[in-house]
Amino acid sequence: KQDASPPPRVPCKPMPTKNNLLDSRQTKEKRSFCMVEKGTSLLKKMEISVAEAEKRTGKNAVNMQETYTVYLIETRPVDAASEGTNPVPDSLWRRYSEFELLRNYLLVTYPFLVVPPLPEKRAEFVWHKLSADNMDPDFVERRRVGLENFLLRVASHPDLSSDKIFYSFLTEENGWKETVFETGFQAKADSRLKALNATFRVKNPDKRFAEMKHYGDELQSVISQLLRVRARAADRLYGVYKVHGNYGRVFSEWSAIEKEMGDGLQSAGHHMDAYAASVDDILEEEEHYADQLKEYLFYADALRAVCRKHELTQYELEMAAQDLTSKKQQREELATGTIRTFSLKGVTSKLFGQETPEQREAKLKMLETQIEEGEELVKERNAECEEFVKSAWVDIERFKEQKDHDLREALISYAIMQISMCKKGIQVWNNAKECFSKM
Amino acid sequence: MSGSVVDNTVSSGNSSVAIPTDISGQILDIDEDDDLEVFSKDTTLSDGSSLNASMQTSSASMINQYKFEEEEEDADTKDIFVTVDNPESHVTAIETYITYRVETKTTRSEFDSSEFEVRRRYQDFLWLKGRLEEAHPTLIVHPLPEKFVMKGMVERFNEDFIETRRSALHKFLNKIAEHPIFSSSEDFKIFLTAGSGELTSHKKQGPGFLSRMGETVKAVAAAVRGVRGRPQEFTDMQEYAEAFSQKISSIDKVTQRIVREQKEYLEELKECGPTYALWSQSEEELAEPLKNVAGCVDKCCKETEEQVKHLNDHLIPVLHEYVLCADTLKAVLRRRDNIQADFEVKTEALATKKADRDADSKVLSLAWDSLVGRSPEEVKQQKQQKLKGEIKEMRDELDKVEDRLEWANNALKSDWTRWQKGMRTDLRSAFNDTAERNVSYYEKCLAVWESFLQSQRTDAEGNGNVDFS
Repeated sequence: KQDASPPPRVPCKPMPTKNNLLDSRQTKEKRSFCMVEKGTSLLKKMEISVAEAEKRTGKNAVNMQETYTVYLIETRPVDAASEGTNPVPDSLWRRYSEFELLRNYLLVTYPFLVVPPLPEKRAEFVWHKLSADNMDPDFVERRRVGLENFLLRVASHPDLSSDKIFYSFLTEENGWKETVFETGFQAKADSRLKALNATFRVKNPDKRFAEMKHYGDELQSVISQLLRVRARAADRLYGVYKVHGNYGRVFSEWSAIEKEMGDGLQSAGHHMDAYAASVDDILEEEEHYADQLKEYLFYADALRAVCRKHELTQYELEMAAQDLTSKKQQREELATGTIRTFSLKGVTSKLFGQETPEQREAKLKMLETQIEEGEELVKERNAECEEFVKSAWVDIERFKEQKDHDLREALISYAIMQISMCKKGIQVWNNAKECFSKM
Repeated sequence: MSGSVVDNTVSSGNSSVAIPTDISGQILDIDEDDDLEVFSKDTTLSDGSSLNASMQTSSASMINQYKFEEEEEDADTKDIFVTVDNPESHVTAIETYITYRVETKTTRSEFDSSEFEVRRRYQDFLWLKGRLEEAHPTLIVHPLPEKFVMKGMVERFNEDFIETRRSALHKFLNKIAEHPIFSSSEDFKIFLTAGSGELTSHKKQGPGFLSRMGETVKAVAAAVRGVRGRPQEFTDMQEYAEAFSQKISSIDKVTQRIVREQKEYLEELKECGPTYALWSQSEEELAEPLKNVAGCVDKCCKETEEQVKHLNDHLIPVLHEYVLCADTLKAVLRRRDNIQADFEVKTEALATKKADRDADSKVLSLAWDSLVGRSPEEVKQQKQQKLKGEIKEMRDELDKVEDRLEWANNALKSDWTRWQKGMRTDLRSAFNDTAERNVSYYEKCLAVWESFLQSQRTDAEGNGNVDFS
């Protein structure tokens, strides 16, 4: 059931055998997706693909009829393919919302990792010919490719690939959802969202993370702008090509009234029709380029989330430290009897009289406990922070390398597309010129 | 639509002459001038020294004048070169107008010198066109650019408009110069050579206003009546003219639409380059390829701009000329029809008169005559004499019109063929150029992107960054 030909145009698909686009051109350079060199154990075991998409109808949560699309995930053991026996792959159907569930789980469970993004939920940056309808077959096809890309990204990540929930997503059709909910991640998910959206001031963020956050913002902004501009240009280019189709029609009609000019006009007209038709393929290829850009637009969001998480842990550390400091100060004041910091208690006790030594004793004891606990907390938080910074920075570096490689490949593939478009144009107009000269 | 097509239903200004005065001059010239390629290779006219303006020549020999040979307009045989350039603005109390320099270089002996330089304004071109049409109502005069501004233009004298007009005027004069009949026109010669004062006084000559009016009234009457027995070939031409008009207008519109869409595409594309450049500022490793891509996109923008300009400056004006030509074709056919209608009217009138003559003499009103005291025989004689006289006049008139009609038909047929050849050459060349330009456009863009790929390849080899395994 698996396609004999490799799945079309997944950006930087990390299959060991797939060469990058520059290879297919002329040179013997072999540039491989750097992930594969390190090679996760998961990918060494199995091949993963999202092979098909299908429409289903069913009852939703509020018992209403709905139509939705499901995607077929196929997995196959790697050695079987190399043996050449080609057995039937294992497969199961998942819908987009289950992918979303998986991703949310990963976000919550691995806040220090830049989690690969899903393809867009709704079609954005659409130009007029493209449909914004989720049920449109072209959209579904591009989503299928995007989902496959997502799974491969996760499967090739050194940490994410060994996640159990991810594995069962790929292999266990029934009961997977329950398994996920059992992890209790939902509660963490809610608090995470809240925290990410909260406003707080961090005094000492790690400079690198601050810079990364800023970079993420810039990347998001510039890619959005690029996608917008590109979509508008695509729209216009479509118009230019299609209007040439009118030449075809009129030349044909005109050729009917001419004697010597007739043949030349007629055949030139055919080439004009071909020219007009060629834009469909050209722009379809450009959509794949747009999809590659979109992936990194959404990646920017994931990057930003990691930086925010760092800020959060840093903030919590700072809060704990601050709390500890104030508690220590209170102890000092209580011990020495001097009030250095303003406290309501202090004022009221001044107004309404001092406390008894027993009360003071009790208070001091409580403070001591609190300070002990506070020191533990600070130590914990500090460790957390350090741990977070360490692991997150490793992943950010990995992400940077991946991004530089992938986007460079994307630019190269864009250039190749432009070249292909130019070659088609040269051919058509040379043909037309020949026809015109015979007029 | 066009203010420049003078739909001159005034039949040849000199109605008493079968041969327009222009040609008569040339007939005399043939002796002195061996430039026979311009006319026909027919030698029957070579002893035309005894000919004068009043036509006893049969139509048959006149027809030969219009046999335009195939090989005529070779570049080697071209003996007159006309250029229109150097527009200059003139401001007077009443108006502002533009004049153009018209330079002529020629070896023709009817010109006093071999080089001329004059300044002419649009009105002068309009006058020349009118004169040529008057003299040769069924020959096809190449159109002039429009009199009035086209919609969308703000100012009458903006640079593009002036250049477009200059180019069209240049083409107009060259078409005249290439035309075997027109290029020998006296008006044409004066247009090319006369000083402005001389030109003004020459313009004042020509058939008076009243006689023109008289002709027009007659022509309108004939036009209203319509032609009855139009030969099939002219009906075919009519159909062709209609169809051609439609097709060429469509192509004109399509081309204009393409230009519009290209311009809008260009506007969007212009924003792409700067966006890539902006992005490169946030990147380290990617900065170089991004800047490179930005440069490539900008270069493609430049190429697109050039390509649009070429369409605008070369293809569109030619298409536009032929849209106007289509109208000229229809006008020429109309005028021919009017001449034929005139002929038919006069034929009918003559037949009626003859019928009158042959009518029974009993019809003559004897009653009145006996009252007057003349004998029936006398009256009959008088009436017969009168009729005979009238019939002779009408016969003569009819002969002239018949000649004119035959002349007009042959002139039209020959010029039609000539025009079609010219049209084919012009349009083929224009489309060919456009296709070539488009190929060149894509080739240049191709080179831009290939150089980008090249740079990325050498870059990759240079850095140790990428893992080649």
